[in-house]
Amino acid sequence: MKGEIIVETEDLTKKYGSRTAVDHLNIKIEEGEVFGFLGPNGAGKTTTLLMFLGLTEPTSGRAKVIGFDPTREPFKVKEKVGYLPENVGFYDDMDARQNLRYIARLNRISGEVSEKRIDYWLEMVGLSDESTKKVGAFSKGMRQRLGIAEVLIKEPKLVFLDEPTIGLDPDGTNRMLDLIHSLSREKNITLFLSSHLLDQVQRICDRVGIMINGNLVAIGPIEELAKNKLGLDQQDYTLEEIYMKYFKEA
Amino acid sequence: MHGILTIFRKEMGDHFNSLRFLLISALIVMVGVIITSMVGMAIQEELKGMAKPTLIFLLLFTSTGKLFSFVQFIGFFGPLLGIFLGFDAINRERVSRTLSKLVSQPIFRDSIINAKFLSGVAIIAIILVATVLLISGLGIRLIGVVPGVEEVSRLIIYVVISLLYISFWLGISILFSVIFRSAATSALASLAIWIFFSFFVSLGASVLSDAVAPVTQTASGVDAEMLIRHERIQRLTSLVSPMTLYSEATTTILDPMRKTTRTLVLMGPLERFSMSRFQNPLPLLESIFIVIPHIISIVAITLLCFGICYFVFMRQEIRTV
Repeated sequence: MKGEIIVETEDLTKKYGSRTAVDHLNIKIEEGEVFGFLGPNGAGKTTTLLMFLGLTEPTSGRAKVIGFDPTREPFKVKEKVGYLPENVGFYDDMDARQNLRYIARLNRISGEVSEKRIDYWLEMVGLSDESTKKVGAFSKGMRQRLGIAEVLIKEPKLVFLDEPTIGLDPDGTNRMLDLIHSLSREKNITLFLSSHLLDQVQRICDRVGIMINGNLVAIGPIEELAKNKLGLDQQDYTLEEIYMKYFKEA
Repeated sequence: MHGILTIFRKEMGDHFNSLRFLLISALIVMVGVIITSMVGMAIQEELKGMAKPTLIFLLLFTSTGKLFSFVQFIGFFGPLLGIFLGFDAINRERVSRTLSKLVSQPIFRDSIINAKFLSGVAIIAIILVATVLLISGLGIRLIGVVPGVEEVSRLIIYVVISLLYISFWLGISILFSVIFRSAATSALASLAIWIFFSFFVSLGASVLSDAVAPVTQTASGVDAEMLIRHERIQRLTSLVSPMTLYSEATTTILDPMRKTTRTLVLMGPLERFSMSRFQNPLPLLESIFIVIPHIISIVAITLLCFGICYFVFMRQEIRTV
């Protein structure tokens, strides 16, 4: 699945005061892949995502997302890139459909098209029956699924998911992972997901990057990382073993 | 532009659906109607069998009756209206985690703050215009006088000044909603500012003027120079408060008999004589000239307040969202 480069960074660095949140990050993501961005809490994953969206300015270095510099042309990037923040929020006093409609309007999607898309995505995430229920009454899993639908309303090329399965029950997690998987396979949407739930990442990601204390310590397909770190002979490795090894070294 | 319009529409919908809006507008309308009917009936009573004097219509808004006049009521309650509409504008989105979602849509970041401010201004305008129209309608029935062009223009100017003034308070409360994460903190901070300006500045002004230029009794009575100095210091200090600016501007606009915004007018015998001979109302244009500095000051502080708000919001790290 070699495709065009959709995200590319060049020594991307972000400092908050004297603390370096992201240190000279160089990363390349190809179109259509599912990329897992791993790392402990506070490693700089969310900061990186915010820089990709132009919501935070990098201290130095450059990023290119779907061909545009997010600092200079955030508008162009945001039009085609979806972002599902961790613990996404909704307007609790509006129903699911109204929430989606508002986001569709902000994306300049005309009324007719947006109604069709809303129907389609509500169906896809399994919320059709709840579409007139106030979001305030939604469970955590339903909110997360609604968040996915909201991100996809604008038909993005690339989606950043920040901890998409955190706080979901096992069944909800499975359904979420299946959904993410099918998005990548059927809609050819590039997915960039940041997480520290390693078994889930192992299940769906083509490639992973491990970030610790702002440094990208490893990047590549999981098998390759396993080969490098654990030796060739081992067959039944888990991502967790690889990750812990990197973590201890850092 | 598109972003502003979409957010503006949603904010308007939110305002109209909120209990808060309903309560405030009901309160203002209720008080307006009560005051007007009391004042209207008093005017009716007094003018029985007399020719109606000119510009009597404005008395509906300015005469105090048994309680307070409508103008005084808005001067006092207007800031609260502005504060209620804005104190949770930004931090509500922050707490419900919708702000980070909003800024990741293809809209300019400033459309969020602009739309929030504009929707608040629109709501204030709707409440003010509706109340003034209601009072006018009731007043026409009660005193049987239809307002002339001049009265209507004075009322329009009054509404515009009030709108600007209440927008200043809206700006203050939105500013605090940007700074503070908790809606309760921002409401309390706005209220503290309101209390400071409405009570403490006038108090402080008299204390300061007493300290700097005390008025002492001498054998020949009070020295005029001393009195003027005292008065000037008190006046300048109290002008710091937007409330003083607003009340001086509106009373002068609505009362054509007032020829100055000053409270102390020193006159010689000839001036006093001519005053009593020529008790005529000021033409509209003259009234406007008197309060132009006040109006400009109100516009300036409103813009300044919104400017600070805008600046703080644009500089804020999204990370803290």
